[in-house]
Amino acid sequence: MTLDKLKPGSECLVKRLYAEDRLGQRLMDMGVYPGILIKVIRNAPLKDPVEIELEGFYVSLRRAEACYIEVEIQ
Amino acid sequence: MISGMGLIALAGQPNCGKSTLFNLLTGASQHVANYPGVTVEKKTGWYTHNSKRLEVVDLPGTYSLTSYSPEEKVARNFLVSETPTAVINVADASNLKRNLYLTLQLLEMEAPVIMMLNMMDVAERRGIGINIKELEHQLGIKVIPASMKTGEGKDNLRQVLDNLNGHEVLQSRTRIDYGRLEPFLRDIENRVKDIKEISGRYSPRWLAVKLFENDMEVISIAGKFIHQPEEFLGYIKGLREKASVESGGPPEHMISFQRYRAADTIIRLVQGSKHGVKKTLSDRIDNIVCHRFLGPVILVGVIYLLYYLSIVQGYNLTNYTWPFLAKFRSLTESILPSSGFIEIPLITSFVLWFVDSINALLNYIPIFFILFGLIAILEDSGYMPRMAFIFDKLFHRYGLHGQSTLPMVLGGIYVGGCAVPAIMSCRGIPDERSRLATILIIPMLNCLAKIPLYILLINIYFAAHKGLAMFFISTISLLIVLPVARLLTATVLRKKETAPFIMEMPPYHMPTIRGVLGLAVERVWLFIRKIITIVAAVAVVLFVLLQYPGLDDERKDDYENQKKDAIARFNNQISGSPFSEKLGDENLMSLVIFSENYKSAKMMAKGKDANRKANEKFEKRNPEFFKIVSPDKESDGEKVNKALKNLIKTRKGILREIRKEKINNSYLGRIGKAIEPVTCFAGFNRNVNIALLSSFAAKESSVATLGALYEQEEEGESLEERMAKGEEGFTSLHALAVMLFMVLYPPCIATTIMVKVQTGSVKWMLFSLVYPMVLGLAAATLVYSGGSALGLNGLEAMFAFYGLALCVTIVLGLVNTKSKHI
Repeated sequence: MTLDKLKPGSECLVKRLYAEDRLGQRLMDMGVYPGILIKVIRNAPLKDPVEIELEGFYVSLRRAEACYIEVEIQ
Repeated sequence: MISGMGLIALAGQPNCGKSTLFNLLTGASQHVANYPGVTVEKKTGWYTHNSKRLEVVDLPGTYSLTSYSPEEKVARNFLVSETPTAVINVADASNLKRNLYLTLQLLEMEAPVIMMLNMMDVAERRGIGINIKELEHQLGIKVIPASMKTGEGKDNLRQVLDNLNGHEVLQSRTRIDYGRLEPFLRDIENRVKDIKEISGRYSPRWLAVKLFENDMEVISIAGKFIHQPEEFLGYIKGLREKASVESGGPPEHMISFQRYRAADTIIRLVQGSKHGVKKTLSDRIDNIVCHRFLGPVILVGVIYLLYYLSIVQGYNLTNYTWPFLAKFRSLTESILPSSGFIEIPLITSFVLWFVDSINALLNYIPIFFILFGLIAILEDSGYMPRMAFIFDKLFHRYGLHGQSTLPMVLGGIYVGGCAVPAIMSCRGIPDERSRLATILIIPMLNCLAKIPLYILLINIYFAAHKGLAMFFISTISLLIVLPVARLLTATVLRKKETAPFIMEMPPYHMPTIRGVLGLAVERVWLFIRKIITIVAAVAVVLFVLLQYPGLDDERKDDYENQKKDAIARFNNQISGSPFSEKLGDENLMSLVIFSENYKSAKMMAKGKDANRKANEKFEKRNPEFFKIVSPDKESDGEKVNKALKNLIKTRKGILREIRKEKINNSYLGRIGKAIEPVTCFAGFNRNVNIALLSSFAAKESSVATLGALYEQEEEGESLEERMAKGEEGFTSLHALAVMLFMVLYPPCIATTIMVKVQTGSVKWMLFSLVYPMVLGLAAATLVYSGGSALGLNGLEAMFAFYGLALCVTIVLGLVNTKSKHI
């Protein structure tokens, strides 16, 4: 399952990043890496982007980016 | 002080309080410029304490040090090439693990790091205890616990900086253990060590890590100094492939992962048990601010407030500041040589033109000051990312970015913005393609100075449908810029780099008065420095274009004769009165000026008292003249007065004719005439062409030039009436075409300079000048020629064009814009 499919309120564990290069590096640098727990906080009013929380840090990303993050629902 | 020993760099992640520390250290002595070749801001300042002077550079806030973003590149290149005496790494104690991710990279570069552990108070409140001694031990650097808000750590930092003189900052020996990758890294490091040209400048370990990460910039540096680059890069590629098979992912992910692991290990040793993350205040605020329905409503409210306070209230404020500018103008006028009967000295008209051009811009300063202050509040408070979050989906469809919201609001999405601050605020958009697209479309929004022309034309040609026409012109720009942005990003900007959207949603933060005022002053100053000088230069050029070559001798003689006739008539009329002998040629001119001044003084004087005072003043100045300009009934004075009024009227008429003829005969007038064969399809005649050409310096000029071309023959006639009278062939269709052209018209000179500053390229500046002109002419031609062919009137053509624009916008918005990442 990928992160973009998740509804607000759900929690998941990052399994893998499918993105490489720029996007992959940016995700890593913002703290999205395998093993980290993500909580989906809310969708933007137009359903995209989506806001997530990781270890007390809030980040928003587009769905087109979230679909490169393989997760496992907790 | 030994040279090269006094440079301090501030490094840290965004929202860690770095700028606050920078302001604290440098006070008012700051300087903002761009790093060479990129549009990243470089802030430099001076720290003075105990007769010690250190240069302080605020590096851009970055999460990491890769070569993917210009900010990160600039930061790490600075550390390598400028070799600062000390790097103060500002870190957020309440989010230490993430911040250590950057710290460890700084240490890897062998930078002389001192950590300023900020926000200790926030960490404490959240129940996070940090063992500073252990952290110092683990990192091998000095750590200063601090809280910028309470002032904690300030003295400690001063002390550290004082002791800096002559002493090298302790080099940390902390290294990240990259686990299974270590053998690969050691291999590369050993090979790099032997190349003297780079091992002296860069840390070999850091080079090895970057090469292994496939960092394009470091690869190209290494490629320059290595004897057989192909062989070497092939070797690294081999190692990377081997490593990715072993770890099941790209090696750079492995490296980042190990950095987090190292950070985590340190956290476990220095940080007390962390309480479960409670719902923070910011999160609760966001429940409302980013709410599905309330979010956009609040956003529109914020935008409205921004408009209201800056444009409306700021404009009111100019009522108080304008008199100062007007006073300056009249002061200038008074020291310039005064006008002759029909000869206006060149120096006088030039200086006044110059002062008028500059005043027109200076008049905006109150508006800009409020606007920049409000933007600073939005930036400081943390609301900007929320704006981007709410509108990204909408703008992204047209190739723009969530962060295009503020620039578009400032540029005038509805009525009355200004492209200059709007383009200045594009700086933060991380995506190069969207940023350029935003910069290029902003001049087409409703800038404040375009409005007078709209109002003028609407009042004449759409008088029965004023509201509708105003709504059309206010909203059509949005329906034009969105499709244009989409087209630009799909064509000329297609190859520009894009960046991931991923954006931190920082906690809300109460803006400080000092920070807000500082930013507002800094940006107004930038505006004055950059813009006013250029506008001054262009004002000179336009003056020449509008004044020269001037009139030929034959025409001059003709006007001279008209003057002589008028004076002769005057003398004839007053002959016999006691004044006739006293009024020689020179005296006559003084009388004319005296009379004009008296008239304007009377106009300014409100109430009986002021009226009497004005009378007394002028009587005292010249009792003889006063008898003429304010004659007693049935006196000699009254007779002369009548003649004088006629004379003044004739003089005005001649002056008007001269001015009109001069403009028409000027270079600009000739250009206006020369392009008539092209612009006639858009319905523009020479007068309109001249007005549009002259408004390049500032859009306000369009109405002023039209005013000069359709100068009044009878006093009190408004420009509307004059224009309607002067252009009988002009229809509402013409007016619509002119208005549409004005929407798309090239940016004014001030904006053009900002485009140059923000794109860092002359090429884009020129493009921003040419493409709107082509587009504008096309739209005006479509409306005018198309409308004429179909027999539409202005209102019908307006509906047709609006419908067309709306359809194009909707269709382009629906076409999918999936961008591929991998």
